[in-house]
Amino acid sequence: MQKAVLTGEIFTQGDIAAAEGALAAGCRFFAGYPITPATEIAERMAYRLPRIGGRYIQMEDEIASCTAVVGASYSGVKSMTATSGPGVSLMNETIGLAVMTETPMVLVNVMRGGPSTGQPTEASQSDIMQAKWGSHGDYEIIALIPSSVQEMFDLTIKAFNLSEQFRVPTFVLADEIIGHMRERLVIPPEDEIKIVNRKKPTVPPEEYLPFKADADLVPPMATFGEGYHFYATGLTHDERGYPVMDDAAQLALVPRLCDKIRKNVDKITEAELTETEDAEVLVVAYGGEARTAMRAVKDARAKGMKIGLFRPITVWPFPKEQLKIAASNAQHVLVAELNYGQLVGEVERVIRHEIPVHLIPRVCGSPHSPDELMKEIRRRID
Amino acid sequence: MTTTPKTITEGEHPILDYIRRDRLPHIFCSACGIGTVLNAFANALRSLNYDIDRLVVISGIGCTGRASGYFAADGYHTTHGRAIAFASGVKVANPDLNPVVISGDGDLFAIGGNHFIHAARRNVDMLVLCINNFNYGMTGGQMGPTTPDSAITVTSPDGNIEHPFNLVSVAAASGAVFVARWTALHARRLTKSIEKALQKKGFKFIEVISPCPTLYDRYNRHGSGLDVMKKYRELSVIRNFTDPMKAEIDYRTRIVCGEFVDTEKPEFTDLLAKQAETLQQR
Ligand SMILES: Cc1ncc(C[n+]2csc(CCOP(=O)(O)OP(=O)(O)O)c2C)c(N)n1
Ligand code: SF4
Ligand SMILES: [Mg+2]
Repeated sequence: MQKAVLTGEIFTQGDIAAAEGALAAGCRFFAGYPITPATEIAERMAYRLPRIGGRYIQMEDEIASCTAVVGASYSGVKSMTATSGPGVSLMNETIGLAVMTETPMVLVNVMRGGPSTGQPTEASQSDIMQAKWGSHGDYEIIALIPSSVQEMFDLTIKAFNLSEQFRVPTFVLADEIIGHMRERLVIPPEDEIKIVNRKKPTVPPEEYLPFKADADLVPPMATFGEGYHFYATGLTHDERGYPVMDDAAQLALVPRLCDKIRKNVDKITEAELTETEDAEVLVVAYGGEARTAMRAVKDARAKGMKIGLFRPITVWPFPKEQLKIAASNAQHVLVAELNYGQLVGEVERVIRHEIPVHLIPRVCGSPHSPDELMKEIRRRID
Repeated sequence: MTTTPKTITEGEHPILDYIRRDRLPHIFCSACGIGTVLNAFANALRSLNYDIDRLVVISGIGCTGRASGYFAADGYHTTHGRAIAFASGVKVANPDLNPVVISGDGDLFAIGGNHFIHAARRNVDMLVLCINNFNYGMTGGQMGPTTPDSAITVTSPDGNIEHPFNLVSVAAASGAVFVARWTALHARRLTKSIEKALQKKGFKFIEVISPCPTLYDRYNRHGSGLDVMKKYRELSVIRNFTDPMKAEIDYRTRIVCGEFVDTEKPEFTDLLAKQAETLQQR
């Protein structure tokens, strides 16, 4: 039998690293539908899962893939799917169902250019807002953005851990640059990988209320076949899981679904601050574009410019407090993203017009070069 | 319907152990066929002494979609049309579980049609019970993929001009290993078919022609629920193993009922397990 955790060093692609991260996190079910630039994840899972006792199924579309993942997770197996923007568009109704029935699951979106079929083979970061708001209703999800092949691995594990801890669908929002990039990946020994599993009920089935939350706002989760005989529905429900159509039920449920994320932001969010302490110019960039920004910032620092980089690793919920710290000495904040302006809105909400927030958009499939980015920065601050 | 004592005392009614008692009364209209089908399903569970711990009842959205909430087993109410995709995830992730999908004609064959044909093609082990009331009950009686020629619904007020699906023929052509059709009148035969299907591995499909006296049968002046049942008795003929293509439903001439397909074919999760086993030995 193959090992689930391929401890060691390999030279590989971001998509493969996401698949290996999932397996290392304990994922044993994958349902998907081929789409560029995420297909390699499905291909890797189709090859690896049956060899380590897991199951892969190629579904008839992304709606089916996402729904099968919810079913598999409710059957007690850590589960995921991987797709790109068009697939997420199809999955969005089911993502709402997963939120409503508090389903731990991971979705990898390797972003390509949109709208519609757009630029299938080109890089983009234009699904940032889709991840947050794609389904209808009030809700919160978690989304992590990797900037390297190593982070594809590490953050996929983290995505599983967060989704299990908070019973919420969690995105790995990669862009095509990181998904298709090849670089060194270090897979640690299995016993050094931190794994979080969903809380199980501690009461007998007669006393189990499937949607009664503990103090952390997360209910313990029984799974099918354990004898708890519970019911879950996408309708507004009470603690028993039964549909209830009154105001009180909606009030007891929806705020909790949001608050279990909002009130735990400090436990969830992560960001990387580079040379921000004395930075008068703060660049905000993430994913593939953060690599360009890092080079540009380092080059400018070498020339004496007081510039720093804020890289959100958790994009939803947004790492507000970390950004405030990074921007504490800034006179300009510049958001460089591979879209026509998405996360910049969130940055503005945090900065609140106290200092100018500039957008450096790029919608054309390739990232800036460090020099181009620096020119764009200069143009806005000089 | 089985005879129901006037007062139901706990522990007395034969199917009560299989029902979520705290969810009664149910939401279905009186004389609706859904209750009859749920009763038949519960009776089948009882007579098989079915392992309820391994059963997962799954449904989509609609009047029929509420079915999954009434059984004392694990249950899940998916989004509209997705019950079969969910059931596939359940079965593949944990093959010890036995998913049963109970849903409506619109849910399973309009919005969810793609999942139906592909799960049948793969032969994923599950029982799909479709309550065909020829319309979208939950949303107020609109036309759907099984609405007959000329039938009046709120979205075909001048008569339906679309050609309806013959569900048993769709199921058979897609690869189901067991295909049957009954009406809500055939409670005992339906129960027997459910028992048979529950003991068989693979993708099983049972269609139940069912009255919707509140909407479809009212718009089409079919009379009361009882009148509809009388009509089912007049019209239905039992033709086991007839070609599903020829198993017509015509409210003017006849409704062909029976078990049309009962065959064997390797099941998807068994094949997955077999393949995985060989790969793991390498
Ligand atoms: C995505 C989506 N579209 C539309 C609806 C509205 N809707 C609810 S039930 C239903 C039709 C149900 O018809 P059927 O499956 O035949 O069930 P019945 O009520 O007749 O038992 C529709 C269209 C929905 N819930 N979700
Ligand atoms: S509307 Fe029709 S299908 Fe729905 S419960 Fe009433 S009778 Fe049954
Ligand atoms: Mg219907």
